[in-house]
Amino acid sequence: MTFLEYAPAPESTAILNLRDEYRLFIGGEWVAGSGTPFASVSPSTERQIATFASADEGDVDAAVRAARSAFRQTWGRMSGRDRGKYLFRIARILQERARELAVAESLDNGKPIKETRDADIPLVAQWFFHCAGWADKLDHVGLGANPQPHGVAAQIIPWNFPLLMLAWKVAPALAAGNTVVLKPAETTPLTAMLFAEICEQAGLPAGVVNLITGAGETGAALVRHPDVDKVAFTGSTAVGREIAKAIAGTDKKLTLELGGKGANIVFDDAPLDQAIEGIVNGIFFNQGQVCCAGSRLLVQENVHDTVMDRLKERMSTLRLGDPLDKNTDVGAINSTEQLERITRLVAQGVAEGGEAWSPACELPAEGYWFAPTVVTGVEASSTIAREEIFGPVLSVLTFRTPDEAIAKANNTPYGLSAGIWSDKGSRVLAVADKLRAGVVWTNTFNKFDPASPFGGYKESGYGREGGVQGMQAYLKAGK
Amino acid sequence: MTTPSAALAPAERAVQLLGSDLSEVALRRHLEGLPTVDAVGLEARAAALGTRSIKTTSKAKALDLTIRMIDLTTLQGNDTRGKVRSLVAKALVPDASDPSTPRPAAVCVYGDMVGNAVEALGSAWSAGKDSGINVAAVATAFPSGRASVEVKLQDTRDAVAAGADEIDMVIDRGAFLEGNYGKVFDEIVLTKEACRRDDGSYAHLKVILETGELVTYDNVRRASWLSILAGGDFIKTSTGKVQPAATLPVTLLMLQVVRDWERLTGERIGVKPAGGISTAKDAMKYLVTVAETCGEAWLDPHLFRFGASSLLNDVLLQRQKLTTGRYSGPDYVTID
Repeated sequence: MTFLEYAPAPESTAILNLRDEYRLFIGGEWVAGSGTPFASVSPSTERQIATFASADEGDVDAAVRAARSAFRQTWGRMSGRDRGKYLFRIARILQERARELAVAESLDNGKPIKETRDADIPLVAQWFFHCAGWADKLDHVGLGANPQPHGVAAQIIPWNFPLLMLAWKVAPALAAGNTVVLKPAETTPLTAMLFAEICEQAGLPAGVVNLITGAGETGAALVRHPDVDKVAFTGSTAVGREIAKAIAGTDKKLTLELGGKGANIVFDDAPLDQAIEGIVNGIFFNQGQVCCAGSRLLVQENVHDTVMDRLKERMSTLRLGDPLDKNTDVGAINSTEQLERITRLVAQGVAEGGEAWSPACELPAEGYWFAPTVVTGVEASSTIAREEIFGPVLSVLTFRTPDEAIAKANNTPYGLSAGIWSDKGSRVLAVADKLRAGVVWTNTFNKFDPASPFGGYKESGYGREGGVQGMQAYLKAGK
Repeated sequence: MTTPSAALAPAERAVQLLGSDLSEVALRRHLEGLPTVDAVGLEARAAALGTRSIKTTSKAKALDLTIRMIDLTTLQGNDTRGKVRSLVAKALVPDASDPSTPRPAAVCVYGDMVGNAVEALGSAWSAGKDSGINVAAVATAFPSGRASVEVKLQDTRDAVAAGADEIDMVIDRGAFLEGNYGKVFDEIVLTKEACRRDDGSYAHLKVILETGELVTYDNVRRASWLSILAGGDFIKTSTGKVQPAATLPVTLLMLQVVRDWERLTGERIGVKPAGGISTAKDAMKYLVTVAETCGEAWLDPHLFRFGASSLLNDVLLQRQKLTTGRYSGPDYVTID
């Protein structure tokens, strides 16, 4: 064995204390769902983790009624200061149970433990701390004195960052005084159930947070429910469009965080070694299953070959395998459906003239795996330069001038994120100003902070999460 | 760009690489044309490499490798012949309880102690050969380098004549910061020439950048490149007399430079972080950084060294723990 292979360093799952089956968490009680239960499997082994209840229309109604009653009787009446206390308590418990949550998230989602341990879970706690601080300062969110919560918030989150997306939704909603009914994705419901336990542990009043599991129909029933005041969704553009249609004409408020096809622009004067890291982080973080991934690399033509050589060399050191191993850089794809989608799109990219390259890397026999891939020779009109792949696949295009880079970066139906790599400050500012994307990173990528708003242009959705804007989304101006 | 041959003298090779004369303007243009460094990104990458988890077989391998890469060092004004003898004895038998313990690459002393070290090593002295323990000497008015060129060169010649296998020189940081790159270049070329022995062979030249005084990462990249261009066999971070001394980000950056140089010329240059690396855990972070930046070929005492004094004992304690399953204490390894 060579030194670079490193001996296995797997994180123990002994810290977990999982149940075989999880019920719905409604009104502070664990209740059986009326739908057919479903199983969640670990994507790296295809082994079943637990079974989860499925909520039908009646269960959804019960959850919304529990949330409404908690809003009327406790949470909506409570002072911001007291709400803040609960949120701070939740944040502290999240920190105390960080290792357990990191292991559970890695097991259920397939992402590497080093990402859940160093990125996801710390950010989850940070989000609750941040929003807890807002709870008694709502007069300062920019909506005048005494802004009011909407009431019951219906929230649907995706499988790529299960607990982080829960935090992005639940923390600001509760801080603003709303109660919530949240549905996690059907492939990653585990950490939401652990969060329910944390709500119990924190003594959160019954009904303030309700968690219902199930597939798309459960989410649809939740969105349609007449007693929901605010809908927040993160997921695919197609589903986002259906939700927008479903609630059109009602007075429900809506925020949508949808797909993306982020441009990562590398100018010839970029700090090259760091740009390579940024490209790697931009597309291989969480196996590229990130809506703001830098999936379209735009490289200035005169450094294209250098950047590709260095990138390929760097990709050869990425370690793919057991997500629970502390040395794993690239974990498993979340589901077999997603793996099929990635495989199909890459095949199409190659059929359209792209050249796909992956480092020599052995894929485990079990589980859902896709090797990190870079596709060169891609044109702006290629399918893989336009469609969101949501996998570890980088499409590479070139440009010659800043204007061309801006035009190509903006030439997408999406507009969630973009990155600029250059050592020249004036150019960075000038280009950032012209990019039509909700987040523009310069000389870095995939950085998140609860104080910084996040959201999209065009088909990447509307509304913002995080920062003052994120709080505003859960409030209306006071009377 | 044509690829210069390693067989050329440094100055000729530099001319070939720069495509012009060795004027100050040409040097400056060349160095300033190197890729820039983003400090935040560099430090983030170093921190990420520092989180690799090295266990069991990999750890055993890393511990032995670390020992073989150590330049066991004493560089105090009050060094005595007895102190150097003790240091050499430690290099010869690092751990009396385990004869399988490898020996460090070199002992590193002041120039006036070279003869003393050679004598103490006896038959274990490598004497320029590939086996045995090298004697490394700091020269060129170490650590400040503030002396006339003649003094610096004589300092070097004295050490080589006394038997030094390796010379650790300091660059003129003042000249570098003034933008007087030609002066720095010339001094390295001259020092390299002063490393020449009577039989025509050369002592290995390690060029100390004193990165703590260069401050910016862009300066470190330029100074590294300049040192290699002028013929340095190794680039070394620090004298150990200035804080900060070796850091993981600076070492990562220097490794990126030697990797780029190999890509350009096919020639492999060594890197030596020195000062402040005192635990096995730290040393392993450096090894990971070497392997993941330059490849495993660089995990070799010819291409990577640690300049350290207290590191050896911590590695020995870790090594004993791997063998016995228990941690002992500082009294189970010898002091110097």
